[in-house]
Amino acid sequence: MGYPHKSHPRETAVLSKHFGEPEARSLDGWKKRGGYRALEQALAGTPQAIVDIVKASGLRGRGGAGFPTGMKWSFMKPGDGKPHYLCCNADESEPGTFKDREIMRWTPHALVEGCAIGAYAIGAETAYIYIRGEFDEPIRRMEEAVAEAYAAGILGKNAMGSGKRVDVHVHKGAGAYICGEETALMESLEGKRGNPRIKPPFPAVSGLFAQPTTINNVETLAAVPHILTNGAEWYKAMSLSNPKSTGTKLFSVCGNVARPGNYEIVMGFPFKDFLYDLCGGPQAGRKFKAIIPGGASVPIQTMEEAEATLMDYEGFVAQGTMLGSGGVIVFDDQQSMPRMIARLARFFSHESCGQCTQCREGTAWTTKILERIVAGQGTYEDLDTLLELADNMTGKTICVLSDSCAAPVVSGLQKFRHEFEALITGKRSSSIAMPPSRTAVAAGASA
Amino acid sequence: MSTNHAPYEPVFVGKRKHDLEAILLRYPKKQAALLPALWIVQEDRGWVSEEGMAEVATALELTPAYVKGVVTFYTMYHQHPVGKHFIQVCTTSPCLCAGADKVTEAFLKHTGCNELGVTSPDGKYTVIEVECLGACGFATPVQINADTIENVTADKVPQILAGLK
Amino acid sequence: MVNLTIEGRPVSVPAGTSILEAAKQVGVLIPHYCYHPGLPVAGVCRMCLVDVEKSPKLMPSCATAVAEGQVVHVHNDKSLDARKGVLELLLINHPLDCPICDQSGECELQDYTFQEGRADSRYREPKRFNPVEDFGGDVMYVPNRCILCTRCVRFMDDVHHDAVLAVAERGDRAVIATAPDAGLTQPWAGNVVDLCPVGALLSKDFLNKARAWELDRSASVCTGCSQGCNTTVEIRDNAVVRIKPRGNEDVNAFFICDEGRLGYRPLNRQDRLTVPMVAGHVGEWGAAVSAGAAALTGKKAHVVVNPSASNETFFLAARLASKTGGAVKFAVPTGPEAPLPGVEDLALRADRAANGTGAEILGARRESDPYAGLSAAHVLVLVDIDPATVPSAATSAASSVVYLGSVAPAALAKVSAALPVSTIVESEGTLTNLRGRVQRFFQAKGSPGQARAAWFALADLLIALGEQADYLMASQVFDAMAKATPAFAGMSYDSLGLKGATAAGTTAGAAR
Repeated sequence: MGYPHKSHPRETAVLSKHFGEPEARSLDGWKKRGGYRALEQALAGTPQAIVDIVKASGLRGRGGAGFPTGMKWSFMKPGDGKPHYLCCNADESEPGTFKDREIMRWTPHALVEGCAIGAYAIGAETAYIYIRGEFDEPIRRMEEAVAEAYAAGILGKNAMGSGKRVDVHVHKGAGAYICGEETALMESLEGKRGNPRIKPPFPAVSGLFAQPTTINNVETLAAVPHILTNGAEWYKAMSLSNPKSTGTKLFSVCGNVARPGNYEIVMGFPFKDFLYDLCGGPQAGRKFKAIIPGGASVPIQTMEEAEATLMDYEGFVAQGTMLGSGGVIVFDDQQSMPRMIARLARFFSHESCGQCTQCREGTAWTTKILERIVAGQGTYEDLDTLLELADNMTGKTICVLSDSCAAPVVSGLQKFRHEFEALITGKRSSSIAMPPSRTAVAAGASA
Repeated sequence: MSTNHAPYEPVFVGKRKHDLEAILLRYPKKQAALLPALWIVQEDRGWVSEEGMAEVATALELTPAYVKGVVTFYTMYHQHPVGKHFIQVCTTSPCLCAGADKVTEAFLKHTGCNELGVTSPDGKYTVIEVECLGACGFATPVQINADTIENVTADKVPQILAGLK
Repeated sequence: MVNLTIEGRPVSVPAGTSILEAAKQVGVLIPHYCYHPGLPVAGVCRMCLVDVEKSPKLMPSCATAVAEGQVVHVHNDKSLDARKGVLELLLINHPLDCPICDQSGECELQDYTFQEGRADSRYREPKRFNPVEDFGGDVMYVPNRCILCTRCVRFMDDVHHDAVLAVAERGDRAVIATAPDAGLTQPWAGNVVDLCPVGALLSKDFLNKARAWELDRSASVCTGCSQGCNTTVEIRDNAVVRIKPRGNEDVNAFFICDEGRLGYRPLNRQDRLTVPMVAGHVGEWGAAVSAGAAALTGKKAHVVVNPSASNETFFLAARLASKTGGAVKFAVPTGPEAPLPGVEDLALRADRAANGTGAEILGARRESDPYAGLSAAHVLVLVDIDPATVPSAATSAASSVVYLGSVAPAALAKVSAALPVSTIVESEGTLTNLRGRVQRFFQAKGSPGQARAAWFALADLLIALGEQADYLMASQVFDAMAKATPAFAGMSYDSLGLKGATAAGTTAGAAR
């Protein structure tokens, strides 16, 4: 449900069913709501059985990459004699995204159970939940839940009396968006600077402490107990558009919208209905102007594109963007797109780890140019420089933070170039509120 | 940099020592306890001094320079003392478009800080802007020390400040 | 073996080789900064990105292993654009310091920018600024010029095993930092200056002393200890201004210790002996040789030789001793050993002289007191010994002194003849390191006055004593030595080349 709002009738509350219920946080409360039956079942069977069910369900990583989870788990070779690790990526720092926070602070046991099942499935005895340092409440809730689970014998060397060991530890981050990148997360867990690693080697071969490791997002792991309880077919059936996108997704909605919050809908849901019906449309007296549907790293959509989108991985790609983390940032006609994009560039520049030349220098330079344009001191050459910089920053670095910084710049210039030009010429254009139509963009009018 | 001329008292004694020992059991390598150890230092002292870094380095068999490299990478470790109430306002675009800049202005005004990052003369407040706090639907979120306050608007600021001890 | 094509050239290398190293083998240099063969791969500068056909993205060639059938383009438009982009970004905050920067003329940022970079800058924003820092030891750090390649950090951590350097801050605020009270005083720390591709890490010793293009360079060998690190001696205005390590994978990898690096000052001493002397008066070379031979006639030559003197010198000193029934002695000063832990068998050795091994092979005896046993039956022949270190009891005991030295004999008593000799940078020859490796050193500068190589002076003495020793070139002495000494059999200057070769029957192969 879109806590603090009531569940909308067109939502499908699976993960968010108990958001807002304080009782759901405790072990007893969670058990009353069906918790830990899936784990008990899982531990009684084989790891391979779990992997097969998750594969069949079509569950894809909910952190942003959308990689099929069952397939990712199958990369962990059983019986290799090495310690395997599961890392739960709870570093949620992608602007616009706040779903994992809610899962952890309202249903912490859902994540504990998901981690335990995931660990068992990949042959790991130890799972680390890496939570960003700013998430004081989620950290507290998760630590309490883990402690309760140990006290009740659910975790530990004889998990639920199965004879198998499952350990879960909460690890607190210290303020770095880049630690949400899976290899940087592992570096940070190991007590180092959060610098992403070059791949290969891939984590399943050499990850945490150089051992085979799988990294999964909070929302992904929280879905697993439900899949085991209700079956792969049940999950697969929840698909309104492309059969490759199954299940429910928590979309975090924020910005200039009447009812910001988390909304859980079935994959393939029409975005237009989502925005105007579920989220309540724009605030009074305003009109929607632009949407970033998947967190700050995905291209900006015009309303025309957004309203034609079906909300699944393939649907967003078809409308010029990506599902990403599902963090829906809504900008209305009162916002200056160059100003919003400049602030996003500043975010990426601040969060760059600094390893790669293109990212370290490029994000900072991009920010400075954009801020100068917003301050009214930009030139037309700056727009060319920004696009060349964005090209230089794409596809050339160890991780994609650099590409993420380029995305709003390129899509912003593509679709809202008139706003940039207005700042350069100093004229307040009458069309500043709405972008040119899609046909004009396609004809290359603003490129 | 420490301007305190009193001799440095170690952090990892008594309970803190036990806490660190328990933490070390979680990981196969000592170095992995670095972030947790630094959190203990910050919770104990309010910030991480160079002596604090050196103490952690010794405890985990790392060099002080290495620890410094880690401390300065992450934004949450303070390298100098800060105000009693460390006020962090998220101003990344999702919050900015919802008026976060006005929230920042209000805090700067009502705390008497007037400048970002500078502690108020009475030592009570420091106000900074931070990047996305992961509570975008509750704009504007403000973190004061370890507590996150949701849905802050400029008009609520005086009331929030009055509620701080 | 893996077969691939790089810039149209077929190459065959073992599996696991990086594309960058494979390219080197067919003469293709892929521009790079952070990569160094002596350091673990970082892959951060992104300068070495190459276009591999069928790969969707450009690949970092330092961090990508070769694959069968790969077709790699290094100088096509895509790769050139990427490199141009990296160069532009490295320069946006880089200060226009070339006119005052020591690295100028040997700067990889200059070189690649000139080759492939933009001709202008379109950066209009204020540049990042940080003040210069003293990193301790011989190293100063200029953060404004730093390109964050992290070679220095990786060297101190992975090769020197003392992580005193770290990257601090992140993003475009990142700089290299040390902890307080910890400086680069470690024995091999000075290598970070060589490793730095730009003028961010500089030698305080070399600061503002010379321009890279003014330097004359020669290959040589360090005489600071018995490791025998290969060096390049750099000369300006007839003085040694810098020593840099010369790569030799069998001896010192790419490195030299700070003692060797900074120990060149004695080579520039001004109190040189530049003229021959006969009984304390300036004389002709021939007269001095005759006087020396006369002093030696009927006496035994007790020859004390500098433990860093060349093999050629020890060879002829041995002949002098055997002709007169005497002996050749040497003492080796010692000091604490300081290994470079990350390189096999590399250390500043306890033996602080370069040719103890060669000396012993050639019949000289290592003594704690090389002057013991002197009597009126002996003539003390000093070869390249600092006169201040000769005990007066020695000169009193001997019947007279024949002095072959580079420094003026000054207060030395009973010097019947003195011949000026050249230092190691003023002559050519060979040295034998502790593993029996025979290595050549080359002449870097001219000798002052009438100074000649020590072997030349010894040869003249031998001739004056009736021996066959008319060698005009060091190579002739070496050839004679190789013929007469089983350990050096079959060797010649040509066969030694620039990397040297191991003497037979010595502790060869102890390292690699």
